[in-house]
Amino acid sequence: MQSTDASLENIRKDFQILDRKVGDNKTLIYLDNASTSQKPKQVIDAITHYYNNYNANIHRAVYSIAQEATESYEKTRDKIAQFLNISKREEIIFVRGTTEAINLVAYAWGRKNIEKDDIIVTTEYEHHSNIVPWQILAKEKDAKLEYIGIDDNGELLLDQLDKYLSTGKVKLVTFSMVSNVLGTISDTDTIISKCKKAGVKTLIDGAQAVPHMKVDIEKLGCDFFAFSAHKMLGPTGIGVLWVRKDILEKMDPFHGGGDMIREVHKYETTWNDLPYKFEAGTPNIADVIGFGAAIDYLSNIGMDKIRQHEIEITQYALEKLSKVNSLKIYGTNDISKRGGVISFNFADIHPHDVAQIIDEEGIAVRSGHHCAQVLMEKLDVAATSRASFYIYNTKADVDALVNSLEKVSRIFKL
Amino acid sequence: MSNADIYHEMIIDYSRNPLNFGKLENPDVTYHDSNPLCGDSIDIDLKIKEDKISDIKFHGKGCAICMACTSVLTELTKGKGIDDVKKINKNDILSELGLEHLQAVRIKCALLSLKVLKYALYSYLAKHLKVTEDADKLKEEAASLY
Repeated sequence: MQSTDASLENIRKDFQILDRKVGDNKTLIYLDNASTSQKPKQVIDAITHYYNNYNANIHRAVYSIAQEATESYEKTRDKIAQFLNISKREEIIFVRGTTEAINLVAYAWGRKNIEKDDIIVTTEYEHHSNIVPWQILAKEKDAKLEYIGIDDNGELLLDQLDKYLSTGKVKLVTFSMVSNVLGTISDTDTIISKCKKAGVKTLIDGAQAVPHMKVDIEKLGCDFFAFSAHKMLGPTGIGVLWVRKDILEKMDPFHGGGDMIREVHKYETTWNDLPYKFEAGTPNIADVIGFGAAIDYLSNIGMDKIRQHEIEITQYALEKLSKVNSLKIYGTNDISKRGGVISFNFADIHPHDVAQIIDEEGIAVRSGHHCAQVLMEKLDVAATSRASFYIYNTKADVDALVNSLEKVSRIFKL
Repeated sequence: MSNADIYHEMIIDYSRNPLNFGKLENPDVTYHDSNPLCGDSIDIDLKIKEDKISDIKFHGKGCAICMACTSVLTELTKGKGIDDVKKINKNDILSELGLEHLQAVRIKCALLSLKVLKYALYSYLAKHLKVTEDADKLKEEAASLY
Protein backbone atom coordinates (compact mmCIF):
# COMPACT_ATOMS: atom_id res chain seq x y z
CA MET A 1 0.00 0.00 0.00
CA GLN A 2 1.30 3.41 -0.87
CA SER A 3 -0.06 5.06 2.22
CA THR A 4 2.49 6.72 4.43
CA ASP A 5 0.86 5.01 7.35
CA ALA A 6 2.39 1.69 8.36
CA SER A 7 -0.70 0.42 10.19
CA LEU A 8 -2.70 0.40 6.96
CA GLU A 9 -0.13 -1.50 4.97
CA ASN A 10 -1.18 -5.01 5.83
CA ILE A 11 -4.92 -4.68 6.01
CA ARG A 12 -5.68 -5.74 2.43
CA LYS A 13 -4.94 -9.35 3.36
CA ASP A 14 -7.97 -9.29 5.68
CA PHE A 15 -10.25 -8.67 2.70
CA GLN A 16 -10.30 -11.85 0.63
CA ILE A 17 -12.66 -10.32 -1.92
CA LEU A 18 -9.94 -7.90 -3.03
CA ASP A 19 -8.10 -10.87 -4.60
CA ARG A 20 -10.92 -12.00 -6.84
CA LYS A 21 -10.98 -11.56 -10.59
CA VAL A 22 -13.78 -9.91 -12.51
CA GLY A 23 -14.39 -8.71 -16.06
CA ASP A 24 -11.50 -9.56 -18.35
CA ASN A 25 -9.70 -11.57 -15.63
CA LYS A 26 -8.79 -8.35 -13.85
CA THR A 27 -8.34 -8.04 -10.10
CA LEU A 28 -11.30 -6.33 -8.46
CA ILE A 29 -10.74 -2.66 -7.69
CA TYR A 30 -13.59 -1.74 -5.42
CA LEU A 31 -14.46 1.97 -5.49
CA ASP A 32 -18.09 1.90 -4.34
CA ASN A 33 -17.56 2.27 -0.62
CA ALA A 34 -20.14 5.00 -0.20
CA SER A 35 -22.64 2.35 -1.21
CA THR A 36 -21.34 -0.44 1.00
CA SER A 37 -17.89 -1.37 2.27
CA GLN A 38 -16.21 -4.75 2.04
CA LYS A 39 -15.99 -6.91 5.18
CA PRO A 40 -12.76 -8.11 6.75
CA LYS A 41 -12.22 -11.71 7.80
CA GLN A 42 -12.59 -10.69 11.46
CA VAL A 43 -16.19 -9.57 10.92
CA ILE A 44 -17.15 -12.63 8.89
CA ASP A 45 -15.49 -14.89 11.50
CA ALA A 46 -17.36 -13.25 14.37
CA ILE A 47 -20.68 -13.98 12.67
CA THR A 48 -19.71 -17.57 11.81
CA HIS A 49 -18.42 -18.11 15.33
CA TYR A 50 -21.74 -17.01 16.79
CA TYR A 51 -23.75 -19.36 14.56
CA ASN A 52 -21.37 -22.27 15.14
CA ASN A 53 -20.89 -21.87 18.88
CA TYR A 54 -23.54 -19.88 20.73
CA ASN A 55 -26.52 -19.28 18.48
CA ALA A 56 -29.46 -18.57 20.82
CA ASN A 57 -32.07 -15.91 21.32
CA ILE A 58 -31.18 -13.07 23.66
CA HIS A 59 -32.59 -11.37 26.78
CA ARG A 60 -34.73 -14.36 27.83
CA ALA A 61 -33.40 -17.84 28.36
CA VAL A 62 -31.13 -18.69 31.30
CA TYR A 63 -29.01 -21.41 29.70
CA SER A 64 -25.32 -20.77 28.95
CA ILE A 65 -25.30 -20.07 25.24
CA ALA A 66 -28.25 -17.68 25.53
CA GLN A 67 -26.29 -15.75 28.13
CA GLU A 68 -23.24 -15.70 25.88
CA ALA A 69 -25.34 -14.43 22.98
CA THR A 70 -26.91 -11.71 25.14
CA GLU A 71 -23.53 -10.60 26.45
CA SER A 72 -22.01 -10.48 23.01
CA TYR A 73 -24.98 -8.54 21.57
CA GLU A 74 -24.95 -6.02 24.43
CA LYS A 75 -21.18 -5.67 24.22
CA THR A 76 -21.58 -4.15 20.76
CA ARG A 77 -23.79 -1.46 22.30
CA ASP A 78 -20.97 -0.63 24.72
CA LYS A 79 -18.43 -0.58 21.91
CA ILE A 80 -20.58 1.90 19.99
CA ALA A 81 -20.93 4.06 23.08
CA GLN A 82 -17.19 4.17 23.46
CA PHE A 83 -16.52 4.61 19.74
CA LEU A 84 -18.78 7.68 19.45
CA ASN A 85 -18.38 9.03 23.00
CA ILE A 86 -21.94 8.35 24.14
CA SER A 87 -22.27 8.34 27.94
CA LYS A 88 -25.68 6.65 28.14
CA ARG A 89 -25.76 3.25 26.48
CA GLU A 90 -29.57 3.16 26.65
CA GLU A 91 -29.66 5.94 24.08
CA ILE A 92 -28.37 3.51 21.46
CA ILE A 93 -31.08 1.68 19.53
CA PHE A 94 -30.33 -1.08 17.03
CA VAL A 95 -32.28 -0.75 13.80
CA ARG A 96 -31.92 -2.18 10.29
CA GLY A 97 -29.93 0.79 9.04
CA THR A 98 -29.96 4.54 8.55
CA THR A 99 -33.19 4.43 6.57
CA GLU A 100 -35.06 2.66 9.33
CA ALA A 101 -33.52 4.97 11.93
CA ILE A 102 -34.85 8.07 10.17
CA ASN A 103 -38.24 6.48 9.61
CA LEU A 104 -38.35 5.62 13.32
CA VAL A 105 -37.82 9.28 14.22
CA ALA A 106 -40.40 10.45 11.67
CA TYR A 107 -42.93 7.97 13.05
CA ALA A 108 -42.30 7.87 16.78
CA TRP A 109 -41.17 11.48 17.36
CA GLY A 110 -42.53 13.28 14.30
CA ARG A 111 -46.13 12.17 14.50
CA LYS A 112 -46.31 13.35 18.08
CA ASN A 113 -44.47 16.63 17.69
CA ILE A 114 -45.06 17.96 14.17
CA GLU A 115 -48.27 19.93 13.71
CA LYS A 116 -50.06 21.79 10.94
CA ASP A 117 -47.93 24.56 9.36
CA ASP A 118 -44.77 23.45 11.19
CA ILE A 119 -41.62 23.39 9.08
CA ILE A 120 -39.16 20.52 8.70
CA VAL A 121 -35.89 21.63 7.10
CA THR A 122 -33.68 19.28 5.10
CA THR A 123 -31.05 19.93 2.39
CA GLU A 124 -30.72 19.58 -1.36
CA TYR A 125 -27.95 17.00 -1.01
CA GLU A 126 -29.87 14.48 1.07
CA HIS A 127 -30.26 10.81 0.28
CA HIS A 128 -33.88 9.82 -0.40
CA SER A 129 -33.94 8.27 3.07
CA ASN A 130 -33.72 11.75 4.58
CA ILE A 131 -36.35 13.24 2.27
CA VAL A 132 -39.15 10.73 1.71
CA PRO A 133 -40.00 9.99 5.39
CA TRP A 134 -40.38 13.74 5.94
CA GLN A 135 -42.54 14.16 2.84
CA ILE A 136 -44.84 11.44 4.16
CA LEU A 137 -44.99 13.07 7.60
CA ALA A 138 -45.50 16.59 6.18
CA LYS A 139 -48.41 15.36 4.04
CA GLU A 140 -49.99 13.60 6.98
CA LYS A 141 -49.70 16.62 9.27
CA ASP A 142 -50.18 19.36 6.69
CA ALA A 143 -46.73 20.61 7.62
CA LYS A 144 -44.08 22.01 5.26
CA LEU A 145 -40.79 20.58 4.05
CA GLU A 146 -38.13 23.15 3.11
CA TYR A 147 -34.67 22.70 1.60
CA ILE A 148 -31.33 24.35 2.33
CA GLY A 149 -29.80 24.84 -1.11
CA ILE A 150 -26.20 24.33 -2.20
CA ASP A 151 -23.71 26.63 -3.92
CA ASP A 152 -21.49 25.81 -6.91
CA ASN A 153 -18.94 24.16 -4.63
CA GLY A 154 -21.60 21.82 -3.30
CA GLU A 155 -21.67 23.52 0.10
CA LEU A 156 -24.85 24.36 2.01
CA LEU A 157 -26.19 27.92 1.80
CA LEU A 158 -26.64 28.41 5.52
CA ASP A 159 -28.21 31.87 5.24
CA GLN A 160 -31.24 29.96 3.96
CA LEU A 161 -31.33 28.10 7.27
CA ASP A 162 -31.40 31.48 9.07
CA LYS A 163 -34.36 32.52 6.94
CA TYR A 164 -36.31 29.36 7.84
CA LEU A 165 -35.41 29.58 11.53
CA SER A 166 -36.57 33.20 11.68
CA THR A 167 -40.15 32.09 10.91
CA GLY A 168 -40.32 30.45 14.34
CA LYS A 169 -42.13 27.52 12.69
CA VAL A 170 -39.20 25.11 12.32
CA LYS A 171 -39.43 21.98 14.50
CA LEU A 172 -36.62 19.90 13.04
CA VAL A 173 -33.51 20.41 10.92
CA THR A 174 -32.29 17.15 9.41
CA PHE A 175 -29.11 16.83 7.33
CA SER A 176 -26.31 14.51 6.36
CA MET A 177 -22.93 15.04 7.95
CA VAL A 178 -21.26 14.05 4.67
CA SER A 179 -23.05 14.09 1.30
CA ASN A 180 -23.15 10.65 -0.37
CA VAL A 181 -22.80 12.19 -3.83
CA LEU A 182 -20.65 15.32 -3.48
CA GLY A 183 -18.68 14.22 -0.46
CA THR A 184 -19.26 17.63 1.11
CA ILE A 185 -18.67 17.66 4.86
CA SER A 186 -21.49 19.74 6.33
CA ASP A 187 -20.67 22.60 8.68
CA THR A 188 -22.27 20.62 11.49
CA ASP A 189 -21.17 22.88 14.35
CA THR A 190 -22.67 26.00 12.78
CA ILE A 191 -25.94 24.29 11.90
CA ILE A 192 -26.36 22.83 15.37
CA SER A 193 -25.48 26.04 17.17
CA LYS A 194 -27.98 28.01 15.05
CA CYS A 195 -30.67 25.41 15.74
CA LYS A 196 -29.92 25.29 19.46
CA LYS A 197 -30.27 29.07 19.72
CA ALA A 198 -33.65 28.77 18.01
CA GLY A 199 -34.71 25.84 20.20
CA VAL A 200 -34.97 23.55 17.17
CA LYS A 201 -34.20 19.82 17.18
CA THR A 202 -31.51 18.42 14.88
CA LEU A 203 -31.11 15.04 13.21
CA ILE A 204 -27.81 14.01 11.65
CA ASP A 205 -27.58 11.32 8.98
CA GLY A 206 -24.10 10.05 9.80
CA ALA A 207 -24.06 7.16 7.30
CA GLN A 208 -21.21 8.66 5.26
CA ALA A 209 -19.38 10.16 8.25
CA VAL A 210 -19.06 7.54 10.99
CA PRO A 211 -17.14 5.06 8.78
CA HIS A 212 -14.59 7.68 7.73
CA MET A 213 -13.81 10.13 10.53
CA LYS A 214 -13.81 10.56 14.29
CA VAL A 215 -17.34 11.41 15.44
CA ASP A 216 -18.05 12.57 18.99
CA ILE A 217 -21.78 12.62 19.60
CA GLU A 218 -21.60 14.30 23.00
CA LYS A 219 -19.60 17.12 21.47
CA LEU A 220 -21.81 17.48 18.41
CA GLY A 221 -24.83 18.32 20.54
CA CYS A 222 -27.46 17.07 18.07
CA ASP A 223 -30.69 15.36 19.17
CA PHE A 224 -30.89 12.40 16.78
CA PHE A 225 -28.05 10.59 15.00
CA ALA A 226 -28.33 7.71 12.51
CA PHE A 227 -25.82 5.45 10.76
CA SER A 228 -25.39 1.98 9.23
CA ALA A 229 -22.96 -0.85 9.96
CA HIS A 230 -22.51 -2.02 6.39
CA LYS A 231 -20.68 1.10 5.27
CA MET A 232 -18.10 0.65 8.05
CA LEU A 233 -16.89 -2.93 7.48
CA GLY A 234 -19.93 -4.40 9.25
CA PRO A 235 -22.76 -6.56 7.93
CA THR A 236 -25.86 -5.35 6.09
CA GLY A 237 -29.17 -5.15 7.92
CA ILE A 238 -27.94 -3.46 11.06
CA GLY A 239 -27.60 0.17 12.05
CA VAL A 240 -27.99 2.55 14.93
CA LEU A 241 -30.32 5.31 15.96
CA TRP A 242 -29.05 7.44 18.81
CA VAL A 243 -31.52 9.75 20.53
CA ARG A 244 -30.90 12.12 23.45
CA LYS A 245 -32.44 10.45 26.47
CA ASP A 246 -34.90 13.17 27.51
CA ILE A 247 -36.41 13.02 24.01
CA LEU A 248 -36.32 9.24 23.78
CA GLU A 249 -38.19 8.91 27.06
CA LYS A 250 -41.12 10.88 25.66
CA MET A 251 -41.27 9.00 22.37
CA ASP A 252 -43.94 6.36 21.73
CA PRO A 253 -42.80 2.94 20.48
CA PHE A 254 -42.18 2.35 16.79
CA HIS A 255 -43.03 -1.35 16.56
CA GLY A 256 -45.12 -3.33 19.05
CA GLY A 257 -44.24 -6.91 19.94
CA GLY A 258 -41.95 -9.05 22.04
CA ASP A 259 -39.00 -7.66 23.99
CA MET A 260 -40.31 -4.08 23.92
CA ILE A 261 -42.89 -4.67 26.68
CA ARG A 262 -42.88 -4.75 30.47
CA GLU A 263 -46.33 -6.24 31.02
CA VAL A 264 -48.97 -7.16 28.47
CA HIS A 265 -52.60 -7.52 29.48
CA LYS A 266 -55.59 -8.12 27.26
CA TYR A 267 -56.25 -4.47 26.53
CA GLU A 268 -53.20 -2.60 27.69
CA THR A 269 -49.45 -2.86 27.81
CA THR A 270 -46.64 -1.11 29.64
CA TRP A 271 -43.34 -0.51 27.86
CA ASN A 272 -39.94 -1.94 28.59
CA ASP A 273 -37.03 0.28 29.63
CA LEU A 274 -34.84 2.08 27.11
CA PRO A 275 -33.49 1.06 24.68
CA TYR A 276 -35.53 -2.17 24.56
CA LYS A 277 -38.80 -0.27 24.16
CA PHE A 278 -37.59 0.44 20.60
CA GLU A 279 -36.23 -3.01 19.80
CA ALA A 280 -39.32 -5.14 19.23
CA GLY A 281 -38.96 -8.77 18.19
CA THR A 282 -35.88 -10.94 17.91
CA PRO A 283 -33.19 -8.58 16.67
CA ASN A 284 -30.46 -9.22 14.13
CA ILE A 285 -28.22 -10.84 16.75
CA ALA A 286 -25.51 -12.27 14.48
CA ASP A 287 -25.01 -9.03 12.63
CA VAL A 288 -24.90 -6.93 15.80
CA ILE A 289 -22.09 -9.23 16.92
CA GLY A 290 -20.39 -8.82 13.53
CA PHE A 291 -20.83 -5.06 13.87
CA GLY A 292 -18.94 -5.23 17.16
CA ALA A 293 -16.01 -6.87 15.37
CA ALA A 294 -16.09 -4.10 12.73
CA ILE A 295 -15.87 -1.43 15.42
CA ASP A 296 -12.93 -3.24 17.00
CA TYR A 297 -11.23 -3.36 13.62
CA LEU A 298 -11.69 0.37 12.99
CA SER A 299 -10.72 1.27 16.56
CA ASN A 300 -7.50 -0.70 16.24
CA ILE A 301 -6.50 1.37 13.24
CA GLY A 302 -7.81 4.64 14.65
CA MET A 303 -10.32 6.94 12.97
CA ASP A 304 -7.89 9.83 12.62
CA LYS A 305 -5.54 7.61 10.63
CA ILE A 306 -8.40 6.46 8.43
CA ARG A 307 -9.41 10.06 7.71
CA GLN A 308 -5.79 10.95 6.94
CA HIS A 309 -5.49 8.01 4.55
CA GLU A 310 -8.69 9.02 2.73
CA ILE A 311 -7.52 12.62 2.47
CA GLU A 312 -4.36 11.40 0.72
CA ILE A 313 -6.21 9.11 -1.68
CA THR A 314 -8.94 11.65 -2.42
CA GLN A 315 -6.50 14.47 -3.00
CA TYR A 316 -4.50 12.25 -5.33
CA ALA A 317 -7.67 11.22 -7.19
CA LEU A 318 -8.85 14.83 -7.54
CA GLU A 319 -5.50 15.79 -9.03
CA LYS A 320 -5.42 12.86 -11.44
CA LEU A 321 -9.04 13.09 -12.52
CA SER A 322 -8.90 16.84 -13.04
CA LYS A 323 -6.27 16.21 -15.71
CA VAL A 324 -8.58 13.94 -17.73
CA ASN A 325 -10.04 15.87 -20.67
CA SER A 326 -13.80 16.46 -20.69
CA LEU A 327 -14.19 15.13 -17.16
CA LYS A 328 -16.33 17.22 -14.84
CA ILE A 329 -15.93 16.73 -11.10
CA TYR A 330 -18.75 17.86 -8.81
CA GLY A 331 -18.22 19.41 -5.40
CA THR A 332 -15.46 21.22 -3.62
CA ASN A 333 -11.70 20.99 -4.18
CA ASP A 334 -11.11 21.92 -0.55
CA ILE A 335 -10.09 18.57 0.91
CA SER A 336 -10.85 19.71 4.46
CA LYS A 337 -14.49 19.96 3.39
CA ARG A 338 -14.68 16.74 1.35
CA GLY A 339 -14.92 13.10 2.36
CA GLY A 340 -13.58 10.29 0.17
CA VAL A 341 -16.31 10.60 -2.45
CA ILE A 342 -15.89 11.91 -6.01
CA SER A 343 -18.81 12.22 -8.40
CA PHE A 344 -18.07 13.00 -12.01
CA ASN A 345 -19.37 13.01 -15.54
CA PHE A 346 -17.24 12.15 -18.54
CA ALA A 347 -18.02 14.22 -21.66
CA ASP A 348 -21.53 13.36 -22.88
CA ILE A 349 -21.22 9.68 -22.00
CA HIS A 350 -23.90 8.29 -19.76
CA PRO A 351 -22.48 7.05 -16.41
CA HIS A 352 -23.96 3.60 -17.02
CA ASP A 353 -21.88 3.24 -20.14
CA VAL A 354 -18.78 4.43 -18.30
CA ALA A 355 -19.39 1.97 -15.46
CA GLN A 356 -19.97 -0.95 -17.81
CA ILE A 357 -16.82 -0.34 -19.85
CA ILE A 358 -14.54 0.08 -16.85
CA ASP A 359 -16.05 -3.00 -15.22
CA GLU A 360 -14.09 -4.90 -17.88
CA GLU A 361 -10.97 -3.59 -16.15
CA GLY A 362 -12.22 -4.85 -12.81
CA ILE A 363 -13.20 -1.41 -11.58
CA ALA A 364 -16.39 -1.09 -9.55
CA VAL A 365 -17.79 2.44 -9.47
CA ARG A 366 -21.37 3.42 -8.93
CA SER A 367 -23.39 5.04 -11.69
CA GLY A 368 -26.85 6.51 -11.39
CA HIS A 369 -28.62 9.04 -9.24
CA HIS A 370 -27.29 7.61 -5.95
CA CYS A 371 -30.74 7.88 -4.32
CA ALA A 372 -30.39 11.66 -4.53
CA GLN A 373 -32.70 12.76 -7.32
CA VAL A 374 -33.31 16.16 -5.73
CA LEU A 375 -29.57 16.82 -6.01
CA MET A 376 -29.43 15.45 -9.59
CA GLU A 377 -32.15 17.95 -10.53
CA LYS A 378 -30.15 20.72 -8.90
CA LEU A 379 -26.98 19.69 -10.79
CA ASP A 380 -29.13 19.31 -13.92
CA VAL A 381 -27.85 15.84 -14.73
CA ALA A 382 -29.65 12.50 -15.03
CA ALA A 383 -26.88 10.65 -13.28
CA THR A 384 -23.21 10.73 -12.28
CA SER A 385 -20.39 8.24 -11.92
CA ARG A 386 -19.09 8.02 -8.38
CA ALA A 387 -15.82 6.70 -7.00
CA SER A 388 -15.64 6.41 -3.23
CA PHE A 389 -12.69 5.26 -1.16
CA TYR A 390 -11.99 3.38 2.04
CA ILE A 391 -9.12 2.08 4.13
CA TYR A 392 -8.04 -0.63 1.67
CA ASN A 393 -7.90 1.58 -1.42
CA THR A 394 -4.54 2.66 -2.78
CA LYS A 395 -3.14 5.23 -5.16
CA ALA A 396 -2.70 2.35 -7.60
CA ASP A 397 -6.49 1.91 -7.55
CA VAL A 398 -6.86 5.56 -8.55
CA ASP A 399 -4.33 5.09 -11.37
CA ALA A 400 -6.31 2.09 -12.63
CA LEU A 401 -9.48 4.16 -12.65
CA VAL A 402 -7.87 6.97 -14.58
CA ASN A 403 -6.34 4.52 -17.09
CA SER A 404 -9.65 2.78 -17.60
CA LEU A 405 -11.23 6.08 -18.59
CA GLU A 406 -8.89 6.15 -21.58
CA LYS A 407 -10.60 3.02 -22.85
CA VAL A 408 -13.98 4.71 -22.48
CA SER A 409 -12.63 7.68 -24.34
CA ARG A 410 -11.39 5.45 -27.17
CA ILE A 411 -14.66 3.52 -27.53
CA PHE A 412 -16.70 6.70 -27.54
CA LYS A 413 -14.24 8.42 -29.89
CA LEU A 414 -13.70 11.43 -27.69
CA MET B 1 -19.60 -11.85 -25.37
CA SER B 2 -17.54 -9.50 -23.32
CA ASN B 3 -19.28 -6.64 -21.63
CA ALA B 4 -17.48 -3.93 -23.52
CA ASP B 5 -18.16 -5.58 -26.91
CA ILE B 6 -21.68 -4.25 -26.84
CA TYR B 7 -20.20 -0.83 -27.51
CA HIS B 8 -19.68 -1.37 -31.22
CA GLU B 9 -19.74 1.24 -33.95
CA MET B 10 -23.50 1.28 -34.54
CA ILE B 11 -24.35 1.72 -30.88
CA ILE B 12 -21.91 4.58 -30.48
CA ASP B 13 -23.12 6.26 -33.68
CA TYR B 14 -26.79 6.01 -32.75
CA SER B 15 -26.10 7.24 -29.25
CA ARG B 16 -24.24 10.26 -30.61
CA ASN B 17 -26.67 10.94 -33.44
CA PRO B 18 -29.97 9.34 -32.55
CA LEU B 19 -32.50 8.87 -35.35
CA ASN B 20 -35.93 10.50 -35.11
CA PHE B 21 -34.87 12.53 -32.12
CA GLY B 22 -37.07 15.48 -31.21
CA LYS B 23 -40.72 16.33 -30.71
CA LEU B 24 -43.73 16.20 -33.03
CA GLU B 25 -46.16 19.07 -33.25
CA ASN B 26 -49.66 18.04 -32.28
CA PRO B 27 -48.96 14.33 -31.87
CA ASP B 28 -51.95 12.01 -31.79
CA VAL B 29 -50.47 10.32 -28.79
CA THR B 30 -47.49 10.95 -26.55
CA TYR B 31 -46.20 8.76 -23.77
CA HIS B 32 -43.45 9.02 -21.17
CA ASP B 33 -41.72 6.54 -18.91
CA SER B 34 -38.42 6.24 -17.06
CA ASN B 35 -36.26 3.64 -15.35
CA PRO B 36 -36.25 4.62 -11.69
CA LEU B 37 -32.88 3.08 -10.89
CA CYS B 38 -30.73 4.46 -13.68
CA GLY B 39 -32.56 7.61 -14.73
CA ASP B 40 -33.14 6.72 -18.40
CA SER B 41 -36.14 8.77 -19.43
CA ILE B 42 -37.94 8.55 -22.79
CA ASP B 43 -40.91 10.34 -24.38
CA ILE B 44 -42.36 9.06 -27.66
CA ASP B 45 -44.68 11.12 -29.88
CA LEU B 46 -46.77 9.41 -32.58
CA LYS B 47 -48.76 10.66 -35.52
CA ILE B 48 -51.29 8.08 -36.65
CA LYS B 49 -53.10 8.25 -39.99
CA GLU B 50 -55.38 5.55 -41.38
CA ASP B 51 -54.07 2.99 -38.92
CA LYS B 52 -50.47 3.74 -39.84
CA ILE B 53 -47.70 5.35 -37.83
CA SER B 54 -47.20 8.28 -40.19
CA ASP B 55 -44.51 9.85 -38.00
CA ILE B 56 -42.64 9.15 -34.79
CA LYS B 57 -40.15 11.11 -32.74
CA PHE B 58 -38.61 10.62 -29.33
CA HIS B 59 -36.76 12.72 -26.82
CA GLY B 60 -35.25 12.18 -23.41
CA LYS B 61 -32.03 11.20 -21.71
CA GLY B 62 -30.43 7.83 -21.60
CA CYS B 63 -27.31 5.73 -21.90
CA ALA B 64 -25.86 4.65 -25.24
CA ILE B 65 -27.80 1.37 -25.19
CA CYS B 66 -31.06 3.18 -24.53
CA MET B 67 -30.51 5.79 -27.25
CA ALA B 68 -29.39 3.25 -29.86
CA CYS B 69 -32.31 0.90 -29.21
CA THR B 70 -34.78 3.76 -29.35
CA SER B 71 -33.30 4.86 -32.67
CA VAL B 72 -33.76 1.36 -34.08
CA LEU B 73 -37.26 1.07 -32.70
CA THR B 74 -38.40 4.34 -34.23
CA GLU B 75 -36.98 3.26 -37.61
CA LEU B 76 -38.81 -0.08 -37.38
CA THR B 77 -42.01 1.75 -36.55
CA LYS B 78 -42.12 4.65 -38.95
CA GLY B 79 -44.63 4.23 -41.78
CA LYS B 80 -45.77 0.81 -40.54
CA GLY B 81 -49.35 -0.21 -39.89
CA ILE B 82 -50.51 -0.39 -36.30
CA ASP B 83 -51.00 -4.15 -36.57
CA ASP B 84 -47.38 -4.63 -37.61
CA VAL B 85 -46.07 -2.34 -34.92
CA LYS B 86 -48.04 -4.22 -32.30
CA LYS B 87 -46.04 -7.33 -33.23
CA ILE B 88 -42.61 -5.79 -32.68
CA ASN B 89 -40.98 -7.75 -29.88
CA LYS B 90 -37.82 -7.40 -27.85
CA ASN B 91 -35.77 -9.71 -30.06
CA ASP B 92 -36.46 -7.50 -33.08
CA ILE B 93 -34.71 -4.66 -31.28
CA LEU B 94 -31.91 -6.62 -29.62
CA SER B 95 -30.97 -8.61 -32.74
CA GLU B 96 -30.84 -5.49 -34.86
CA LEU B 97 -28.02 -4.24 -32.65
CA GLY B 98 -26.37 -7.55 -31.78
CA LEU B 99 -27.48 -7.27 -28.17
CA GLU B 100 -29.04 -10.73 -27.83
CA HIS B 101 -26.81 -11.49 -24.85
CA LEU B 102 -27.15 -8.21 -23.03
CA GLN B 103 -26.89 -8.74 -19.27
CA ALA B 104 -30.00 -8.56 -17.13
CA VAL B 105 -29.03 -5.24 -15.51
CA ARG B 106 -28.92 -3.51 -18.89
CA ILE B 107 -32.02 -5.07 -20.51
CA LYS B 108 -34.18 -2.30 -19.09
CA CYS B 109 -32.03 0.28 -20.87
CA ALA B 110 -32.57 -1.51 -24.19
CA LEU B 111 -36.30 -2.07 -23.82
CA LEU B 112 -37.53 1.14 -22.19
CA SER B 113 -38.55 2.65 -25.51
CA LEU B 114 -40.40 -0.50 -26.61
CA LYS B 115 -42.31 -0.33 -23.36
CA VAL B 116 -43.13 3.33 -23.96
CA LEU B 117 -44.22 2.59 -27.54
CA LYS B 118 -46.53 -0.24 -26.45
CA TYR B 119 -48.09 1.93 -23.76
CA ALA B 120 -48.47 4.78 -26.27
CA LEU B 121 -50.30 2.52 -28.72
CA TYR B 122 -52.41 1.12 -25.91
CA SER B 123 -53.50 4.54 -24.81
CA TYR B 124 -54.27 5.52 -28.41
CA LEU B 125 -56.29 2.39 -29.10
CA ALA B 126 -58.10 2.53 -25.79
CA LYS B 127 -59.06 6.15 -26.42
CA HIS B 128 -60.21 5.52 -29.95
CA LEU B 129 -62.13 2.42 -28.97
CA LYS B 130 -60.31 0.13 -31.34
CA VAL B 131 -60.93 -3.37 -30.04
CA THR B 132 -60.27 -3.08 -26.34
CA GLU B 133 -59.03 -6.66 -26.04
CA ASP B 134 -56.15 -5.86 -28.33
CA ALA B 135 -55.30 -2.73 -26.39
CA ASP B 136 -55.30 -4.59 -23.11
CA LYS B 137 -52.96 -7.19 -24.55
CA LEU B 138 -50.52 -4.41 -25.47
CA LYS B 139 -50.68 -3.04 -21.96
CA GLU B 140 -49.89 -6.46 -20.52
CA GLU B 141 -47.02 -6.91 -22.95
CA ALA B 142 -45.58 -3.54 -22.02
CA ALA B 143 -45.82 -4.27 -18.32
CA SER B 144 -44.09 -7.64 -18.63
CA LEU B 145 -41.19 -6.61 -20.90
CA TYR B 146 -38.69 -6.46 -18.05
